[in-house]
Amino acid sequence: MSQVSDREKAEFRQQVGAWMQANRPADPGFLLPQSFMEVGSEQQLDFLREWQHKVWSAGYLGMAWPRQYGGQGVDPVYQSIADQEMRRHGVPICFNVIGLGWAGPLINDIGTEAEKARYLKGILSGEDIWCQGFSEPDHGSDLGSAQLRARREGDEYVLNGTKIWTTMGNFAKYMILLARTNPQAERKYDGLSFFLAPMQVPGIDPRPIRKLTGEYGFTETFFTDARIPASCLMGEEGQGWKIAMRTLQYERGAEAGAAGGLAFVRIAIDDMIAELADVERDGEPALQDPAVRDQLVQMIMEEKAVVLCDRRAAIPALTTDYPFSLPLSNKLRFTESTRRMRQMAINLQGADGGLYVGDAAARQGGFWQRAYLNSFSATIGGGTSQVQANIIAEHILGLPK
Amino acid sequence: MSVIGNTALDFTDDQAMILDVARGFCADRSPLERVRDLLESDLGYDPAVWGEMVDMGWPGMALPEAVGGSGLGVSVAVPVCEALGRSLLGGPLLATLLAGQLLLRASAGRDCSAVLAAIAAGAPATIALLDNADWGTEQIRCELGSDGVLRGVKQQVMEAAAAAWLVVVAQEQGEPVLAVVPAAAVAPEARRNHVLIDATRRAQTIDFSGVQVAGDAVLRGPDVARALRDVRLLGGLLLAAEAGGSAASCLDTTVEYLKTRTQFGKLIGSYQALKHPCVEILMALDATRSFVYHAATLVGDGPLDEEAEIACRMAKAQATETLKYAGDRAVQFHGGMGFTWECDAQLYVRRAQWVQQAFGDAQHHRKRLARLLLDR
Repeated sequence: MSQVSDREKAEFRQQVGAWMQANRPADPGFLLPQSFMEVGSEQQLDFLREWQHKVWSAGYLGMAWPRQYGGQGVDPVYQSIADQEMRRHGVPICFNVIGLGWAGPLINDIGTEAEKARYLKGILSGEDIWCQGFSEPDHGSDLGSAQLRARREGDEYVLNGTKIWTTMGNFAKYMILLARTNPQAERKYDGLSFFLAPMQVPGIDPRPIRKLTGEYGFTETFFTDARIPASCLMGEEGQGWKIAMRTLQYERGAEAGAAGGLAFVRIAIDDMIAELADVERDGEPALQDPAVRDQLVQMIMEEKAVVLCDRRAAIPALTTDYPFSLPLSNKLRFTESTRRMRQMAINLQGADGGLYVGDAAARQGGFWQRAYLNSFSATIGGGTSQVQANIIAEHILGLPK
Repeated sequence: MSVIGNTALDFTDDQAMILDVARGFCADRSPLERVRDLLESDLGYDPAVWGEMVDMGWPGMALPEAVGGSGLGVSVAVPVCEALGRSLLGGPLLATLLAGQLLLRASAGRDCSAVLAAIAAGAPATIALLDNADWGTEQIRCELGSDGVLRGVKQQVMEAAAAAWLVVVAQEQGEPVLAVVPAAAVAPEARRNHVLIDATRRAQTIDFSGVQVAGDAVLRGPDVARALRDVRLLGGLLLAAEAGGSAASCLDTTVEYLKTRTQFGKLIGSYQALKHPCVEILMALDATRSFVYHAATLVGDGPLDEEAEIACRMAKAQATETLKYAGDRAVQFHGGMGFTWECDAQLYVRRAQWVQQAFGDAQHHRKRLARLLLDR
């Protein structure tokens, strides 16, 4: 439990809120990424790097991390409050998410002194961009089967194989890498090891993947006899799976060890309704059209159901039927409703719905169009909606495989 | 303020205890064989089971202690209705709870305690509300004349044959009034039994023309209109809870079949074409329960505020669509069996079609929600 008093929290909230208000960047004149998975240009990268550096310099990032590594060593509740204020003021994301939310907390938790001293500060300042090398082309959701080979040769490991969906792979200085050190291990998980690997070495070739949006954000990363120092191994050989799973727990935010900052810009249904305020259908406001109104109410209910189901999940007496149904279906419910809302936002724009990013007349520069296309990253990544439905059917309802 | 609005969801110890007891009671007294026995009976329910509900204080659970009720508030009726729905248990409880709420809420400054006390003691009651098939109209056709005599026909009066008291919604010179009529005041020839698509229920069309209402049996004033509005919402909420319970057992029925039926050498539950709709039903059911208990959190004994109105309408809209889908797929997924009377899927699909209209269908509620959410 936090030892910080309500008064201290309120004072801090006011202080950080005032700072966000005063320092919120002006519209840069180009579309900013809505998530860290959408950083596709140097222009966007420079802007976001500068913003993260500014937030960190002001003392609102990595607040709970130790002072000697660039943090402030205060109670994590402060960072949670700062994050809430960033959300409330609609400021840009802190883009170095794999560093801030995965690699950083991991190094903080189980890293050596040398690793902490070497990596943590650069994560917070935005100087050192981190990426993640878990997924492989032939093993999308099945991480345990990762095949990228790391072979020990003297003081080095030699890497051969391919990773895919490497966020910011072309910009990153380091990668958290899951690689196979022992192909003969009895259990496939025991043959995996975890590395804090440099990206700028010969033999590592990140090739940007062009997304359906026409933009970039990910790479497919090829490793061909790439040599990295043996000291890049985290923990010991064979501990890779355990360490990789550990990185997932920091998703719960600052209280769980993450540095903080926004990983994505939340788009509320209110934003869509506001967008439609001046749209007309049949010569009248679209918001007065009965069919549109019915659709909007259904969408509002979908979004509200996500929140209410979260609330109910915390009440055991109301979850006796299928106790794990709510947590296990949360991803499916949330990502599908997100996708549908963004699609609806385009469909209700009339002729403007046919425009795209780059057209001078596109609403908000094509924000909704791009958001809809990008929303598939969540309905596909981390297990497609169809795989999710299978899991729920089999594990919750007990239907046969 | 976001359109998502209030998202409070609490579940009290009282509610939890009552849900537990009610689920056990309904499951025990209303197995599906028993439900089937009653389908073609005149009353549609077992008076002995009703007697047990009375002994447990259910008709008066939401009425004040001053009239012999339990004073637990209307939110405790929600888990009970969910339990009724889960076991398809029919009878006059839901109608009685709503009639009690209507009288309670309309009677400020006016003494209804004798009738409320009778209800709390186990006299079934119901509301004669509909003049035509339009749940959305504010217009009341049934008239109370200056001579104290009613003129007009009410349709789909829920569980009217069982009711000892009928609360008749009428207008007197254009103002809404409630006439509290004892069953004996309505002649048998003025009643016609409906044939409902949900055979676990009973209802009547009643011609109240010529019924003389005692002077002290009429409720008037501004509380009446407000109480009517609130009870239409509470009716939606209690039916949403009931529909949620029915959808849950409907899904169980379907899933059980998919786990045991083999075709083309495989258990049919392994086909994604059947599996994925079951997951959609489960998720709709999860949404239904969340909306229902959210609404139960916001309704109190006082006048319903706008947040409570929004919550009740969402609960009814969601529950209705959920049970419709669950019942429809239950029939389809049982294949040829699903087409038979013998298959339990018919119980659910037929109930779904009754409940979708009662107290307003999903479109009706969404239309009202649009005003509340988009026009502010």
